[in-house]
Amino acid sequence: MNPTVQALRNKFQGAIGRAAVSCGDTIVYVKAANLSEVMVFLKEGPDQEYNYLVDITAVEYRDPERPLEMVYELFSLARRAQLRVKVELDKSEELVVDSLVPLWNGANWLEREVYDMFGVRFAGHPDLRRILMWETYAEGHPLRKDFPLRGRFSRAEQVRQALNANPEAHYSMEEISIAEAYHEIPAEMRERLARGERGKIAEPENS
Amino acid sequence: MGTKRTIELEVATSGVDAQGKATRVPLGVADQTGVGILTDREEPALGGDHMLVNIGPQHPATHGVLRLVVELDGEVVVRVIPHIGYLHSGFEKLGEYRYYNQIVPLTDRMDYLAPMSNNVCLALAVEKLMGIEITERCKVLRVIACELSRIISHLVWLGTTSIDLGAFTPFLWCFQERERVYNLQEMWTGARLTTSLTRVGGLMADIPDGFTEGVREFCATLPKTMDETDRLLTRNGIWCARMQDIGILTAEEAINYSLSGPMLRASGVPYDVRKDRPYLDYETYDFEVPIGEKGDVYDRYLCRFEEMRQSVRILQQALDRLPDGPINVDDSRVSLPPKSEAMNDMEAMIFHFKQVMEGIEAPVGEAYMPIEGPKGELGYYFVSDGTAKPVRFRVRPPAFINLAALPKMAEGHLLSDLIAINASVDIVMGEVDR
Repeated sequence: MNPTVQALRNKFQGAIGRAAVSCGDTIVYVKAANLSEVMVFLKEGPDQEYNYLVDITAVEYRDPERPLEMVYELFSLARRAQLRVKVELDKSEELVVDSLVPLWNGANWLEREVYDMFGVRFAGHPDLRRILMWETYAEGHPLRKDFPLRGRFSRAEQVRQALNANPEAHYSMEEISIAEAYHEIPAEMRERLARGERGKIAEPENS
Repeated sequence: MGTKRTIELEVATSGVDAQGKATRVPLGVADQTGVGILTDREEPALGGDHMLVNIGPQHPATHGVLRLVVELDGEVVVRVIPHIGYLHSGFEKLGEYRYYNQIVPLTDRMDYLAPMSNNVCLALAVEKLMGIEITERCKVLRVIACELSRIISHLVWLGTTSIDLGAFTPFLWCFQERERVYNLQEMWTGARLTTSLTRVGGLMADIPDGFTEGVREFCATLPKTMDETDRLLTRNGIWCARMQDIGILTAEEAINYSLSGPMLRASGVPYDVRKDRPYLDYETYDFEVPIGEKGDVYDRYLCRFEEMRQSVRILQQALDRLPDGPINVDDSRVSLPPKSEAMNDMEAMIFHFKQVMEGIEAPVGEAYMPIEGPKGELGYYFVSDGTAKPVRFRVRPPAFINLAALPKMAEGHLLSDLIAINASVDIVMGEVDR
């Protein structure tokens, strides 16, 4: 097992949960509350130097009792050592964990993807929006186990929504505010956008 | 507010007269109102205002269905907001409903410019999860598949980038060379694009007669085309002016953004999965890893160019050492028995039936397997709960992570440089969106 696990136990004691080796990779569980400080230690601490964030993802098991797991794959370019840090999130509570964007810019899109696919929120993320699905996507978080393979809405409903989608939904509020056109859009629409009602799908007129 | 001013323009169309001498005819002669010659109109004052330009998702310079919303101050990029997901296919979700071998066709469609290296990565990840040791011949054949993929991916990159920057000839040369690899892929797998080459524990087929000769001939002639392209581009004034000092990332920034592959190495970080986390016996091959000095677009070009040369070296070594022997592991639990046995031997038929109908069960556990794909560190992560279908099938997409650094690189450059920077990331939207 990777000696980093012992170093973590010495420094953080109770914050470090169980550790395991699977297929040659070392996995260590960390309490959600301590994630940031553990990551700072792993990135900058002496003899650690896990400076390369390989991947951030999440795992939800088929067993509904098991917590959802955040997975952080780290690699030390200098020492060529691997470490997988995991955080368990109880599904009965709010799924929230510290963002790692202050440590690694590369975490930005990876965390957005986890938010999009699993609904985990990242405290301190500068721009937590959906990334692969569109911003007004209303069916939930696709990689959750309770999400059916073919989606929540029927095909007819998906087509109806696509046809009725509001073109203004193609630009975010932030983007519209850049454009000159912002001053020219009707006051009523501007107000609606500011209230965050953007992309609400209008009922078709004939129904 | 707008200012009133008179602009005098010399606008003309060129032509030749009856004697073949060049003439210039002023525009707007027929129209006495004088379009474009003299204007005396109110000009909108644009100074100070920022403009919003939408590029894509249907635009050839975005290399697929990438959409960029660009905030411009004049011609200078202030901010880039990328929008992705137009090609999202839910492969990770689909993988949870498939047997391990059934995921192979999904991987073809991710990085569709280098399908064979995706296939290899998937097979390696499942084999790591199941603890399967593959045969020597299979290892060497997979190295050949990976390096051919790297070459065709870089060829597409070089060709499309040169088109983006206004050079048409290299595009034709690169695609011609790529076509020959496609012929080899077709020879081996029967498909040009969706190769589905690997299976857990081996390959879908051994190489056919004449394949090694084909690869050898390709290795002998590709450097010639590359030398010609090199002469045409590397010291070309326009090429250098469009690429040098554009989109610079320092080594620290590149690591901070988790970049990988040529993007990372161009910034001077010598991290190559083939050298640092060897797989498929890459440590026994003799090749160099090119790294850049400045981390600009030009360095990325040089790195990719040299990588193709090194791939040719690896291909030649792999062909020299290609051993005889089986391509699949001798384990009826994971690899299908030969058809003749399945039809004549009761036990073989049962194994065949069970594998096709029930899949191969993986032990409880998880495995992350990175390889050096053409775009960067391509990694597949599997979590298994002991059944024949994974609990979680995750792809670490190098193009997705590399693309995240685009806003950082493009800020402060001109809009036309944004195209060069975007090209230098080498994205393939099938993989970015998955």
